[in-house]
Amino acid sequence: MVVAVQYISKEESDDAETAKHGVTGILAVQGAFAEHAAVLDKLGAPWKLLRAASDFDASIDRVILPGGESTTQGKLLRSTGLFAPIAEHIAAGKPVFGTCAGMILLASRLDNDPNVYFGALDATVRRNAYGRQLGSFAATADFGRPGDADYLPDLPLVFIRGPYVVSVGPKADVKTTVDGHPVALRQGNILATAFHPELTGDTRLHELFLSL
Amino acid sequence: MTQNRAELNRNLAQMLKGGVIMDVTTPEQAKIAQDAGACAVMALERIPADIRAAGGVSRMSDPAMIKGIQAAVSIPVMAKVRIGHIAEARILQAIDIDYIDESEVLSPADDVYHIDKNQFDVPFVCGAKNLGEALRRIAEGAAMIRTKGEPGTGDVIQAVRHMRTMTKQIHELTALRDDEVYEAAKQLAVPYDLAKYVHDNGRLPVVNFAAGGVATPADAALMMELGAEGVFVGSGIFKSGDPAKRAAAIVQATANWQDADLLAKLSENLGEAMVGINEDEIQTIMAARGE
Repeated sequence: MVVAVQYISKEESDDAETAKHGVTGILAVQGAFAEHAAVLDKLGAPWKLLRAASDFDASIDRVILPGGESTTQGKLLRSTGLFAPIAEHIAAGKPVFGTCAGMILLASRLDNDPNVYFGALDATVRRNAYGRQLGSFAATADFGRPGDADYLPDLPLVFIRGPYVVSVGPKADVKTTVDGHPVALRQGNILATAFHPELTGDTRLHELFLSL
Repeated sequence: MTQNRAELNRNLAQMLKGGVIMDVTTPEQAKIAQDAGACAVMALERIPADIRAAGGVSRMSDPAMIKGIQAAVSIPVMAKVRIGHIAEARILQAIDIDYIDESEVLSPADDVYHIDKNQFDVPFVCGAKNLGEALRRIAEGAAMIRTKGEPGTGDVIQAVRHMRTMTKQIHELTALRDDEVYEAAKQLAVPYDLAKYVHDNGRLPVVNFAAGGVATPADAALMMELGAEGVFVGSGIFKSGDPAKRAAAIVQATANWQDADLLAKLSENLGEAMVGINEDEIQTIMAARGE
């Protein structure tokens, strides 16, 4: 399944402007944020890009941290002032979904980087764990196990210079592994994947996130 | 190259969107670029302004120098090969480069043929002045496009011209009836399926960055305004008075290009910008290399 590259020409979905709540804020300082917005459009869910602290208003009750370069996003989270409202959102136990760089931003520990960003996900994550671009790959695996309420069989997974989870603390659950490496975690309302569900055309993980 | 690898390579460019890719010549510069928030670096021995000043034949950089930069940073590392130089591209693939730029900044190795990039596993970015060039490079396997601009001048006019031309031609193609696309493909000298893709989707099938002559935060914001999905900055940073500060300012300007109050703050006290040369003062038109 080939999904078109997305260019974004609007700052929010048409129904987000008047919404009092139920809007998904998509961190939009760098990376593949337009692709997440396209998935939410497909699902009919309101969204709004988060480019500056003032974009984070009361209508936002869930947040997506998209793929991109985590070092770039980390700097811009600070300079835009978006770090504090998103950190508060996560601390309040509200839903957050991090993909690839987003997983790095959520992790409590990084084993090859001195930085820690939101530090909310009880796991140690290794950046660029599969090497350079020639190590990027696609695979298929299940999210969760049969019988789990959030079980999703045969998810297509795309890894682009992806991270993986080196170790998981007691608070987080491993939902997906590839070659023995955990690549998807859930910790209550925190969802984190080393892969890119926004690039595959399979919307089930986004639907799960919207149900949190 | 499998279909799967082609997709993964286009996907990496998607992850670079909204970011700034900076030319660097040493591991120290690469670290400055990464610390400033660059989403990738382009490793090369001489930045375009110095290539222009030195004259002579300009080639792929020493692999040892590129490896030094790969070791210094964790963000993707790109490097340039001469247009049509298949062997230089194989060498860069062998050292596990993240992206190859088949670039008009270096002296062309072939004045007729570009590299058949479909034969490589590593992704390529290529320059284009218009829609026809962009789609021909994509047909050859380019996973990312950038405007050519005029490298090493600090003059943004050509990048603006190329981006506006491409956008206008995309709009024109999109407005055609379905049965007119065959003739449009012939006029553009591109494969029909790519012309049809642009007609149906209103955009290129790969990510499109601005490059060539971007020197200030305002230049970067201008290119984003015109539809660029990110920016390459070559000579503009390390030919200026305070590279670290200018680099960080261009990163922020690219992310928040619509915020004029912020752009005003970012543009303050950046020190001296690169001197720059006007397009009518230069002798070598790099953008004319490779059609």
